[in-house]
Amino acid sequence: MVKYQASGMDRTFSALADPTRRYVLLRLKDEPGLSVSELARPLSLKLPGMMKHLDVLSDAGLITRTKAGRTVSVHLSVGPMREAMAWLKRYERFWTASLDRLVALVEEDSER
Amino acid sequence: MTHSLPSVTIVRRIKASPAKVWAAITQPKLMMQWWGPDAGPTLSAEADVRPGGRFSIVFRLLNGEEHNPTGVYREVVPEKKLVFTWEWAGMPERESLVTFRLEPFDGGTEFTLIHERLPDEEACKSHEAGWAGLLDKLPVFLGAAE
Repeated sequence: MVKYQASGMDRTFSALADPTRRYVLLRLKDEPGLSVSELARPLSLKLPGMMKHLDVLSDAGLITRTKAGRTVSVHLSVGPMREAMAWLKRYERFWTASLDRLVALVEEDSER
Repeated sequence: MTHSLPSVTIVRRIKASPAKVWAAITQPKLMMQWWGPDAGPTLSAEADVRPGGRFSIVFRLLNGEEHNPTGVYREVVPEKKLVFTWEWAGMPERESLVTFRLEPFDGGTEFTLIHERLPDEEACKSHEAGWAGLLDKLPVFLGAAE
């Protein structure tokens, strides 16, 4: 089984639980390197509000920020997202295989 | 708000009665015959099937690794519903929650399994349940970001 740090995964899932933050991630997917104000504008969010969301995403390792002059540009960082997906895939595999065996067991039993 | 967290859901239609399926998911000697992700042996199964009772299963994979999922039953409704917490003994993963639901279906059983992460504080505060939509997009997302 894959091992990983539980605390990092929790931060990832918490960060993804918010619609504004998901919107930010999806926009960054299409337009890497957007500035903080470009991200905030369509949401009518004030900059400090957007900064708070970006802090959460950054703590979860989902984005990176780089500063050039007075502009901060934001990029995706996909490692933690992969971990979240690994969690899902791992259990999907585990249960799919186990349930195949469960079904075989009870159906065989029923035919006797 | 558990539904806002990622979860694995699997539905199977089984040609056996809910009573038979219930026995297979609650009786240790039957649990040992199916519980495990590959053809490796299930080495032990203990199940104190009542709310607050524990289960513990040890299985060995074909590659020789042994694993020990364990947890506590939360809800026990014979032939209908079994809910239990899930953790891996000795592994750092936080607790998750598994639900088995059985419904009579066409002389057999419709079996639904849900394995979900338990909400932590921050996820509870969110009133958004848009996980499914995001997860649909994730494979594309991950591919595109590579």
